[in-house]
Amino acid sequence: MTLTELANPTRFLSLATRLLPWLAVATAVLLAIGLYQSALAPDDYQQGATVKIMFIHVPNAWLAMFVWGVMSVASLGTLVWRHPLADVAAKTAAPIGAAFTFLALVTGSLWGRPMWGTYWEWDARLTSVLILFLMYLGLIALWRAVEDPSRAARAAAVLTLVGAINIPIIKFSVDWWNTLHQPASVIRMGGSTLDKSFLTPLLVMAVAFSLLFITLHLAAMRNEILRRRLRTLQMLQASRPAALP
Amino acid sequence: MTALSSLIRRDIRIALRVGGGALIGVLFFLTVVVLMPFAIGPDLNLLARLGPAILWLGALLASLLTLDRLFMADLDDGSLDLILMSRTPLEFACAAKALAHWLAAGVPLVAATPVLGLLLNLDASATAAVALTLLVGTPALTFTGMIGAALAVTLQRGGLLLAVLVLPLSIPVLIFGVAASNAAVVEQGTMSFSTPFSILCAISLASLVIGPFAAAASLRHGMD
Repeated sequence: MTLTELANPTRFLSLATRLLPWLAVATAVLLAIGLYQSALAPDDYQQGATVKIMFIHVPNAWLAMFVWGVMSVASLGTLVWRHPLADVAAKTAAPIGAAFTFLALVTGSLWGRPMWGTYWEWDARLTSVLILFLMYLGLIALWRAVEDPSRAARAAAVLTLVGAINIPIIKFSVDWWNTLHQPASVIRMGGSTLDKSFLTPLLVMAVAFSLLFITLHLAAMRNEILRRRLRTLQMLQASRPAALP
Repeated sequence: MTALSSLIRRDIRIALRVGGGALIGVLFFLTVVVLMPFAIGPDLNLLARLGPAILWLGALLASLLTLDRLFMADLDDGSLDLILMSRTPLEFACAAKALAHWLAAGVPLVAATPVLGLLLNLDASATAAVALTLLVGTPALTFTGMIGAALAVTLQRGGLLLAVLVLPLSIPVLIFGVAASNAAVVEQGTMSFSTPFSILCAISLASLVIGPFAAAASLRHGMD
């Protein structure tokens, strides 16, 4: 089904309902495999077993940035192509992305305490991810501040596209500034510098987290469509003349 | 062109005449800078070290305060509808309004900086550096804040939400503005004045383009 065919909410709902069980099972299986491989991965010669936080921290951080990218594409869909479900996609992705960002910050902070000796450091990457988290929260507040969802959609779309400048800043912050956070070791010119025993579990966890996002996102989109139908029905009922006693 | 120039003149005239315009921003700037020593303590050396940061924070908050008037006043009396319906492109109209706002509210902040520098025990070179960075940075604050102000028009209840939306976008301006000011004062050797200053200029120039486009998009889609 193409995106234009999926613009019909009913068709989208039926597709989502059919896909969700499979996606949920696939997510659970891949998470189980990833966690098993992470547990079996060797200890780092410097960090010991603490390095295994990486297998949760890094996928969270990747997803935090990826979800803003998804919302930016959805915002383009709202503003440029007027796709009917684009604003549903953008609205429901925001809380999920905020959760991923929060988990990235918390797991990174817990990892930083034994590694760097501090829970927090105002270096470029941590600061820019914190700003990303604030922007997620501001976006969610903007969604909730306007009563009519389609008007809120256009305002939120503009804010999402303006805030998208932060994503390359986060990605390249470890290159542009002297940071405590370690430089890029997976997605970089010249290929990854991680050994296969660490890279494989990391990539499996990354795919598992991506599937987790897709599952949660589709479920949330389904809920949002049903919520809007409910709202329309309530408004129709409220506008009907009162029944005679 | 005459439409835009008359829009600029109108906005400046309103900002200077009507109460709550340019001078209230300067008054708020003064209040914030006066509050800081009460909180930090009267140690002059500490205040001199923190001076550029205090001045930048005060200017940021003062410009934030005057920003929600940018479109709300026009929305209330109906002139925003006229601007939207006119033949001049909305992007130019937004840029003109932001320029007028900067001239009426931003430049007085820069003019007030030397006096406030005295309160914070800043010497002449530090005050000059802060004033220069503010002169270059306040357009960035105004033009990125315009995006938030245009979004607030959709809300019609903006208030604190406007500040929450605008502040993350203003953080780079703040970082480079204070870095440039500090680099001019303390000869650290690791960073010259020109590096953060040029980045600050670049951010201002970029916001001159991005701000009006984003604000026009918000206004077009948000008003119905």
